[in-house]
Amino acid sequence: MNLLEHQGKQLLARAEIRSPRGSLVRSADEAAEVAATLGRKVVLKSQVPSGKRGKAGGIAFAEGPDQAKQEAERLLGSYIAGYPVTELLVEQGIDIAHELYLAVLNDPASKGPLVLFSSAGGADIEEINAAAPNKVRSTKVDVLRGLSVTQARELVDGHGFAPSTVGELVNLVFRIYELYREVDAELVEVNPLVITTSGVLLALDSKISLDPGARARHPELVERFGDGPARGTELERRARELGLQFIELDGDVGILANGAGLTMTTLDAVHHYGGKPANFLEIGGDAYTKAVSALRLALDNPRVRSLLVNFCGAFARTDVMTGGVVEAIKELRPEIPVFFSVHGTGEAEAVALLRDELGVEPYENMDDAVRAAVTAAGTAREAARQGTVG
Amino acid sequence: MLVSREENVIVQGITGKQGSFWSERMIECGTSIVAGVSPGKGGRVAAGVPVYDSVAAAVREHRVDVSVLFVPPLAARDGALDAIESGVSKIVLLTEHVPYHDVMQVLAAAAQRGTQVLGPNTAGLVVPGEVSIGILPGFASNIFKPGNIGVISRSGSLGTLMALNLVNAGYGQSAFIGIGGDPILGTTTLDALCTLNDDPRTEAVVLVGEIGGTLEEDASEYIASMDKPVVAFIAGRSAPPDRRMGHAGAIVTGDRGSGDSKVRALTAAGVQVLDVPSQVGAALRSAAQPS
Repeated sequence: MNLLEHQGKQLLARAEIRSPRGSLVRSADEAAEVAATLGRKVVLKSQVPSGKRGKAGGIAFAEGPDQAKQEAERLLGSYIAGYPVTELLVEQGIDIAHELYLAVLNDPASKGPLVLFSSAGGADIEEINAAAPNKVRSTKVDVLRGLSVTQARELVDGHGFAPSTVGELVNLVFRIYELYREVDAELVEVNPLVITTSGVLLALDSKISLDPGARARHPELVERFGDGPARGTELERRARELGLQFIELDGDVGILANGAGLTMTTLDAVHHYGGKPANFLEIGGDAYTKAVSALRLALDNPRVRSLLVNFCGAFARTDVMTGGVVEAIKELRPEIPVFFSVHGTGEAEAVALLRDELGVEPYENMDDAVRAAVTAAGTAREAARQGTVG
Repeated sequence: MLVSREENVIVQGITGKQGSFWSERMIECGTSIVAGVSPGKGGRVAAGVPVYDSVAAAVREHRVDVSVLFVPPLAARDGALDAIESGVSKIVLLTEHVPYHDVMQVLAAAAQRGTQVLGPNTAGLVVPGEVSIGILPGFASNIFKPGNIGVISRSGSLGTLMALNLVNAGYGQSAFIGIGGDPILGTTTLDALCTLNDDPRTEAVVLVGEIGGTLEEDASEYIASMDKPVVAFIAGRSAPPDRRMGHAGAIVTGDRGSGDSKVRALTAAGVQVLDVPSQVGAALRSAAQPS
């Protein structure tokens, strides 16, 4: 779960990591009021979960309350990187001497935490790293022992910082690492971490991702941040409430499959045979009993012209999933054609269910079912086009 | 990791609904399950074997080589550590949604003790005709059949489909290794390739990967050095690019991780990459004869 900047800064504050003074606002008038308390220069930052927010025009600078109000009016209600802007963080403008970069993340390669530090931070950190990889230092942490002082010092030493700053930076690296461990983060990134012209360290921006798998042991974070920023289409939001993985796409072949790998493959196969998927929808894992609500979601997409049900059971039992689909089809009576491919655990029972309850024969192999669904969608599309023309 | 019929297996979480259902299926497939573990339920019998409160208690009564975990996500770390600290040499962690920090702790402890870990979020391991460990339909002879093709898969459902396609094409499997769908895994694609390259029954390998992470890229150099042919399928090549948070991921992985990057790396290593799983038979035909 990706936190918004102002949410991440709440966690940084809890770890005693300072950010510029500021407040969250939802209107231009509020922005002006806050700006009046912050001094001449202020920054207005759209609260959207995108790493490219600045480059997409989501950050504005203003001098004085009137200009802050104008900029807030411009930003609020606009879309930045595809997200609607409903909140702005208005912060005091900072005189920056140095921009640094600091992050802790889960590293699949070393199978443990990795700390990254660079004395050249900012929005162009990826380009800086690509051009000169030695500009970003990293250290692998043994999660059972924790970060060592030596490791933290090796990250920040030798950049030419004042001794007092080095001490503060070491301290900061520890606090960031501890915060990362405490909240079960996947990523805690402070970029830029700045040294002001008066020598103070401030977190100017932060990106924090929390592990959804660890939600249950952090009820206070769930209560504070909810499910993260609402996004996506209406159907996607409904799917989220149901605990289903659903992504709306722009094609017309509806897809219901089990397991992320098989679902992605079903989409790939639809593409391969010349069709376009209308959605990604998987009911594997714990969700394999949710076939009824899943099918309803897929059918509520107005673009769908044919539906492909592709099950390959391992843990997920195809008889249970098919039972749900049969029930849903009887209840919803879809007008579009439905094509089945069913294999694996529970296959014999599932095939019998389709035969007995729906009078439907599943395809012997997945490719044939995909081709049939692609063809049916094409035929329906053509008929609709003729209907419009005629 | 491979497991033979001679190795003794325990099931952690054997008294749960899934644990007991799948224990019976595993026994049907020939797996030597000698005991189960369920905290607070020691002394009972489940799936025909004695249940203990802990792995530590089970190993006092049985020789235990492998533990397979059917435990809830937040209990997975302590369950796995119980097995590691009790000296079990192979652990199959099926659980999905184990917190990543817990996974890292388990893998660090396993590395210290030299314990092999398969998973988390894996469907398990099948040596057709010999053993089945986990939640794979090892009992279904139209899907898993003894043969000479080693399969490595991140996904259980897609891996099962690939196994089915192999049997339809006249092949069988020497082993099916589900490495798991999580970003941080005990056994990587590279580890599983090394195992199959050393396995005398395996004559060719089918690699079932997916977009995200760099497991396939990281394995490509080793594949180029292998004598056994490798064919691959990468799921998700048609998916829209994901929205990445922050810069750290890009700094660590660069531009690797996409379907294109994987196909490029694998092709350069001499791997034939399939467009759809059903092409697997034709791709193998030039490389390995069914046995």
